[in-house]
Amino acid sequence: MTYIAKPKFQHPGLPKNELGYTHRDYEGKVSTLCAGCGHDSITASIIEACYELSIEPHRVAKISGIGCSSKTPDYFLGNSHGFNSVHGRMPSVLTGANLANRDLIYLGVSGDGDSASIGFGQFAHSIRRGVNMTYIVENNGVYGLTKGQFSATADRGSKSKKGVINTDNAIDLVAIALQLGASFVARSFSGDKSQLVPLIAAAIRHKGAAFIDVISPCIAFNNHAGSTKSFDYVREHNDAVNRLDVLTGRDPITVEYAPGTVQVVEQHDGTRLALRKIDADYDANDRLAAMTFLQKHAAKGQVVTGLLYVDPDAEDLHAHLDTVETPLNTLEAKDLCPGSAALEKINASLR
Amino acid sequence: MSVQSPISSVNDFVVRFANVNGSGSASANELFARSILRHGVPVSPRNIFPSNIQGLPTWYEVRVTEAGHLGARGGVDLMVAMNPQTWDKDVASIEPGGYLFYDSTKPMPSSKFRTDITVIGVPLTAITNSTYTDPRQRQLFKNIIYLGALCALLDMDPKLVEQLIGEQYKGKEKLLSSNVHALHLGRDWALQNLKYPIGLRVKKSDKVGERIFIEGNSAAALGAVYGGATVCAWYPITPSSSVAEAFTSHCKKLRHDPETGKAKYAIVQGEDELASIGIVIGASWNGARAFTATSGPGISLMTEFIGLSYFAEIPAVIMNIQRAGPSTGMPTRTQQCDIIACAYASHGDTKHVLLFPEDPAEAFEFAAQSFDLADRLQTMIFLMLDLDIGMNHRLCRPLKWDDARQYDRGKVMTAEMLDEPGRDFGRYLDVDGDGIPYRTYPGTHPTKGSFFTRGTSRDRYARYSEEGAIYADNMQRLVRKFETAQDMVPRPLQANAAKPTKYGVIYFGSTSPAMDEAIGLLEARGHQLDRMRIRAFPFHSSVASFIADHDFVYVVEQNRDGQLRQLIVNENGIDPVRLVPILHYDGTPITARFIANAIGDHQDHLKVTPLRKAVS
Repeated sequence: MTYIAKPKFQHPGLPKNELGYTHRDYEGKVSTLCAGCGHDSITASIIEACYELSIEPHRVAKISGIGCSSKTPDYFLGNSHGFNSVHGRMPSVLTGANLANRDLIYLGVSGDGDSASIGFGQFAHSIRRGVNMTYIVENNGVYGLTKGQFSATADRGSKSKKGVINTDNAIDLVAIALQLGASFVARSFSGDKSQLVPLIAAAIRHKGAAFIDVISPCIAFNNHAGSTKSFDYVREHNDAVNRLDVLTGRDPITVEYAPGTVQVVEQHDGTRLALRKIDADYDANDRLAAMTFLQKHAAKGQVVTGLLYVDPDAEDLHAHLDTVETPLNTLEAKDLCPGSAALEKINASLR
Repeated sequence: MSVQSPISSVNDFVVRFANVNGSGSASANELFARSILRHGVPVSPRNIFPSNIQGLPTWYEVRVTEAGHLGARGGVDLMVAMNPQTWDKDVASIEPGGYLFYDSTKPMPSSKFRTDITVIGVPLTAITNSTYTDPRQRQLFKNIIYLGALCALLDMDPKLVEQLIGEQYKGKEKLLSSNVHALHLGRDWALQNLKYPIGLRVKKSDKVGERIFIEGNSAAALGAVYGGATVCAWYPITPSSSVAEAFTSHCKKLRHDPETGKAKYAIVQGEDELASIGIVIGASWNGARAFTATSGPGISLMTEFIGLSYFAEIPAVIMNIQRAGPSTGMPTRTQQCDIIACAYASHGDTKHVLLFPEDPAEAFEFAAQSFDLADRLQTMIFLMLDLDIGMNHRLCRPLKWDDARQYDRGKVMTAEMLDEPGRDFGRYLDVDGDGIPYRTYPGTHPTKGSFFTRGTSRDRYARYSEEGAIYADNMQRLVRKFETAQDMVPRPLQANAAKPTKYGVIYFGSTSPAMDEAIGLLEARGHQLDRMRIRAFPFHSSVASFIADHDFVYVVEQNRDGQLRQLIVNENGIDPVRLVPILHYDGTPITARFIANAIGDHQDHLKVTPLRKAVS
């Protein structure tokens, strides 16, 4: 949240996307997070991805819980409706919003405290239901707003700013998301915008539960030696399995080519995901292999990033419920009310 | 009283079936109640069941009442004692002169019977065992056999029962014929071996009329269909689960697109109550009509979200089917004990709208209306049923719907409105002075009308603010909105006594039928009472007027602490001494006898003249 409104001035020469929007049209208020916070980098990546996809900003609903990460929807897409729900309950609110209007784009922004602790259940169930959303966890392994307590994603043995050693096992949200049937699972690093932007873009275009765990170091409470969520640690231990281009029928969004082979995944909406493999044997369509791969590298202390799994034929919750194509929130009495004649029949059956 | 003077009554008695949970007796017992309805005689049945699946005692009580009293009466005239475990208690509960019906296959010592009742033994086990070999069939058809025997004893028309069985097993000829066969097995045995009819008789009448027979939960669910609910999220909990199950069933029949077959609704069984209300709030925020159904423990879990709904002003509907609390309490017993918990749910200063239907017909109407109210007021609406209405069939007036009725979506600003010259949109601006601001749905306009919804304090334009004056301004507007609600919710209904009186009685919800009957009993004792049935919170101004117009007002409710009374005192600043609590809270439905005795005794005390006048 912020008291500071961003000046509306923008340079007339700013580049515009296909819809004529500039980057400024995708921005929100001025961030009040600590200078250097990884979350601000994620905000910038969301803005970039939405700009590149030429999304109408107001067609996005951005929903979060409570915490540092959950404040960030105020800082992007200022013409979108936002919703700070209650701690850990973003997934249910997003699910309801999605049920009401299937035509909008849903961005769920959460933190590791929000999703791995108080909202662990809601995280799990929204994933297993296949809610069509982009669920981003801004994961810093620490409670920043309450000044430095370990979160449930803090690795065992990692050290807090006060020097306390974490003795609890960590929850790996990516592993859980894979197990729960998420149809798009990725991990990235807030300090790697070139990887994160196309991942967010691809997640937005994916129809189904898309989950991205973004390691996002907390500059104030978890960026020191001994932390496994610090900028230095993640940079040193990052093992990217692939690089992603999103082909939308227009030009590729990113043209940063990486060595290795190319795997193209075509999704329902026509989007093509071009995966430039770094690990030559990595198959992003194999859920079981992704789980094994993840665990093997975790055991080595490596943070695996990239698009870990995608199901191009995923179905979402609306498909499971077989709901009408028309958004439920636009149906009127004539569409919904069975009328007095039907009620008379019901009355007759109850005598 | 001795066995020589048995109760004699036509179309006015209470039958109670004592069974073992899981024995398959429920359908036979309900068939009995429906059969009497088909004779044109009103009935008021009640399930009394344990909170387990199998093995514990369960009772089904049918009040046969030509006069149409739909509250519980108390006492048992005919006990169908099929549960050895509760035998002593069941036999003891029979009214003097009443009847005991039992399975006489095994002889029982005379000490197990009473001399002031008529004992009717039917060798049910012997009959079933000689007819059926399959153990499950023996169990199930034993119930139909005792139904057949009761048909004979009460002089019921077997054709009407057969007709009902035919409707129940339409298209399942094997089941139909075997049930009819079992019915006649029991009836024929009774005709051949017992004195029939007994003193209790069912005689054809015409007192049911056009009324329908429906459970409150089903009616409320139907109200949600008619009221335009498209999203239902719920988590199973007794006694509310059948609301969501009925909504599912109604929607399957009534809410599919005829061309595509697709659903014009979405139902999600949440992982818990928190998720359920979260889904409801998310859907409502996004412009769909949404509801959940739960009971007391669920309300406790939802409370944080309820506070968010209040403060962020998001419409939503909760159907709370109350059961006996606190904590797990008695999950399958009825109470009206969530009044305070719902009225002030959540931390901080909150107030919520409560609706109190008296029967299924009103549950239907209020359920439909609750979606209009939620949208209109942009707040949480609680539909307050209880197990007694929710899970029992009630005879009530037919459900009605005006086809000209349109949904009131409240103050929703469209893109066109946002574009009007000079239009100022602030999410929490009180444009009309009624405390209700305008909202926009997400996705409405490319550049106007978007706002950030949050539980933290904000100004009239939804901008985060911790300024004290801005916070207080917002809180005052919420009070104004609640005052506006007073004239929008269903008003109390008032009825005056036959003669002028200084005394009144206030009651609500499922107490209503018992109260209607109690008034007659009180009049017979010489007591006159004006009455008021409260149908909603916030209270209409007539509630305070009613209390001001009487010396004493009794407040009848089914909880220990007089929660409605507390709410009236708190909200209207009334001297508590003037409100006399009449409280019933053992988990069984309140009866007319209880109300009449409690108020009658109090009234009798008031009439006592002191032997010596106090010296001033």
